[in-house]
Formats: sequence, structure tokens, C-alpha cells
Amino acid sequence: MFDIASILFAGATGLLVIGIGGMVLSEHLYRMLLALAIAEAGANLMLVLAGFKWSASAPIITVSVESIPAMVDPVPQAMVLTAIVIGVGVQALALTMIIRIRNAYGTLNMREVKLKMEQEFADMADLPIETRSVPARNDQS
Amino acid sequence: MHQFSSFLFLGGFLFFLSVLTGILPLGDPPMIIGQAIQNHGVSETGAANLVTAVVLGYRGIDTLGELSILFAAATAGGLVLATGKKKTQASADEDAGFIVKTAAELLFPLLVVAGLYIVIHGHLTPGGGFQGGVILAAAFFLPLLAKPSTTMNHNTMSLVEGFSGAAFIGIGLIGLFNHGAFLQPLLSKGVVGELFSAGTLPLLYLAVGLKVGAELAGLLANLNEEDDENV
Amino acid sequence: MIEWLLFVIVMIMLAGALMAMLMENLLAATVAASIVSLGLTVIFVFLRAPDVAMTEAAVGAGLSSLILALGLKRLGLWKLDVPSTAVKADAQEDGKS
Repeated sequence: MFDIASILFAGATGLLVIGIGGMVLSEHLYRMLLALAIAEAGANLMLVLAGFKWSASAPIITVSVESIPAMVDPVPQAMVLTAIVIGVGVQALALTMIIRIRNAYGTLNMREVKLKMEQEFADMADLPIETRSVPARNDQS
Repeated sequence: MHQFSSFLFLGGFLFFLSVLTGILPLGDPPMIIGQAIQNHGVSETGAANLVTAVVLGYRGIDTLGELSILFAAATAGGLVLATGKKKTQASADEDAGFIVKTAAELLFPLLVVAGLYIVIHGHLTPGGGFQGGVILAAAFFLPLLAKPSTTMNHNTMSLVEGFSGAAFIGIGLIGLFNHGAFLQPLLSKGVVGELFSAGTLPLLYLAVGLKVGAELAGLLANLNEEDDENV
Repeated sequence: MIEWLLFVIVMIMLAGALMAMLMENLLAATVAASIVSLGLTVIFVFLRAPDVAMTEAAVGAGLSSLILALGLKRLGLWKLDVPSTAVKADAQEDGKS
């Protein structure tokens, strides 16, 4: 039961499922961003696992050029290196969007933001607001 | 109903991943490209660190795309978060205590040296432009945390960022015109394992490090600025 | 032996991920998400990926948490936990005034 492969694959699968589950189930925008970061970590772990090799060394030449020992695959490692840095860029961009949304609508709940956006669009187009399944609320805006 | 379909989707996803990992062999991957890179990477690029050889040599144009994504994120952050008004008064936060300020002044040169070391030795040891650049960004952001009243010079940051990005593309274009491929390694390979080896790879990593450091420091400073409360 | 070490690290990571999803306090959730990155760093070192481990330690555990925490401060959600009695006392005072 406790072999290394199943432990690591279970970890990567668990992180991916928890992250994507958090993204699907949560309604708070900041929590969705955290879930995205966790799912990203799981995907990175799975990608590095794909290039792992038993009894191999890190892909860095330390002794001599002539006798290169068995090494793990450097290509997935380079891709994960790229993915981690891009992930931070995406997180920062999403965070600025979230800050903007909070400044504009005053809330971070996804459903409330959606309601307010629909209201805004309807106001712009001079359309009557569809009141299906929307509870009566008093907007001070 | 929404919750039910979400859980159904999650269950299916979990099943899919378990089946996928069940048939994947751990520890014995079919290394086709990896084996080729191991056999020829050192003689073609001269870098002792094969990950660096892949990141800057074989997939260098990919790194350029990554840099442009980071640039877009940092620029969009600056655009969205810019308050549009000059700060007339110092930030509301008080300065941190004596210990934090002294520690920040003490750590600043050490962090800069560590970051530059990691950037310059990227082709020999683990590390490189991205890791060292993040450490450089942390070094330049540290004074802002210790003394919130100081401001970062965004113009200098943009200048460093622009010039290092242009240097990356310029080195790539020289390779294109002289040797027929974008980012083709230039200069002599040197002896593997010495500091001045691997041709242009250390120069490319230096450009990447400066660009990442300047961009992320600017992004952190933008995020740290006080919001005007009356929005 | 190494199996048990990896088992403990994976458990810590999964617990950190669950805590990041379930905790009320968003600052604590951010810290829990950075625990995931920290555990991932150790696993990358075991998987003979020192480059990736270094990137994850600097970018994932350090910079990402810093960016998220600064954004949290700017969103106005930066709250420290206070004992529940203090919250009740504050609520009562608010109700009176």
C-alpha cells in the first residue's frame, strides 16, 4: 500500500481535485484564486512525476562530460519551471482584477457580482430587469 | 442542483485521474527527447545544467513567450491599480520598528549578492534568471515594507525592464542573422563547468533575471500602494 | 523509511489544501496555501529536480504568498483572529451605541 508511486500520485491527484473542487464550489472570488493556485501545484507535481526515473541523478553534470550518468528527464522540469513563473503572473493579474471588481461593485461574492453586472447592463440598455429567482433587494447605488 | 452537478463532475474527474495515474508507470518514462538532450545537450550548448540548456537553448522562444506573459501581467497590474493621482502625503502606515528597519538595511546587500550569484551561475548550478530575479525583486521591495513612506522609482524600473527585454531579443536576433536560427547559441562554448562558458546562455539569463526582478518589484510596489478609500 | 517521510509530507500538503478551502479567515487560508508550496518543494528535491524546487521555493512559497497577502490587505480582508468573547463584546457595544 505504501509504495512511493501511489503516495506521490495520490498527492498530485488530491491536490488537483481539491483545487478544481474549490474553484467549482466556492462563491468567493479570492477563494477561487487560492483554489487555482492549489490546482496548479498539483498539475506541476504530476508533470514532474512524468519525467522521474529511478536511480537517476539530477540533470546537472558534475563530474565529467565523457561519462554522463543516468539522469531524470530535463524537459518536463523545464516546462514546470516555466509553468510556475507563469502561474504567479496569472495570479497577480487575477488579483488586480479582483481588487478592481471590489472597488467597482463593493462585494466579492460571485452571485452578487453577477446580479449587479446584469443590473448595470439592463440600466445601460434601458431594458426591464429580469426578476427571475432574484429576491427583492434594496440597492442604494 | 448546481452543487449536485459540481460533485458529480468532481467524482468523474477523480475517477479519470485515478485511471490515468494507474496506467502511468512511475520511474520508468520513455525518454526520447530527454535522452537526445542528455547525449547532445552539453556539446551543443556547453551548459552543465541541462535544464538551463532546455529553457534557454532548445526552448528559448518559449521563454520569450513566458517573459511576454509576465510583462503583460505586470503592465496590466500597473494599469488597473494605478490610482491616477500623485501622493500628496506620506502613506498612512507608520514606519516599522528599529529592529525591522536595521534588519532590512542589513539584508539588502546580502539579498542582492545572493540574487546576482544565483542568476550568473544559472548554467552551472541549480538556479537561474527566474529564481534569482525573484530574490532581487524581494531585495528591492524590502525597504518599502520596512519604511512605507518611501516610494519606488517606477521610471528606473521600467528602464531596466525594457533594456533587459530588448537585450534578450537582440541576442536572439543576432543569432538569427548570423547563424540562421533565433536564439542560436553564439560565442565560444568554453570549458564545461567554468563560469565563462556556454556562450550566450549566461547573458540571456542575466537579461531574464534583471527583467523578472524589475517587473516583479514594480508589481509588488503597485500592490502595496494605498488604495484611495472613497472609490 | 522514505515512504513514511513522503507520506507525512503529502498528508501535510493535502491538509493544507483542505484548510485553504475551508477556513473562514482568508489570511489563514493564504498561509495554508503556502504550506502546500513548501511541501511541494521538499517533494521536488526528492524527485531530483533542484531547479524546480528552487523556483517553487522562491516563487511559489515566497512571492506568490506575498502577492496574495498584499492583495488581501488591499481588499480590506486582512483580519486577524480575535477571541470570540471579544467579538461578542464588540457586537454588544455596537448594538448599544
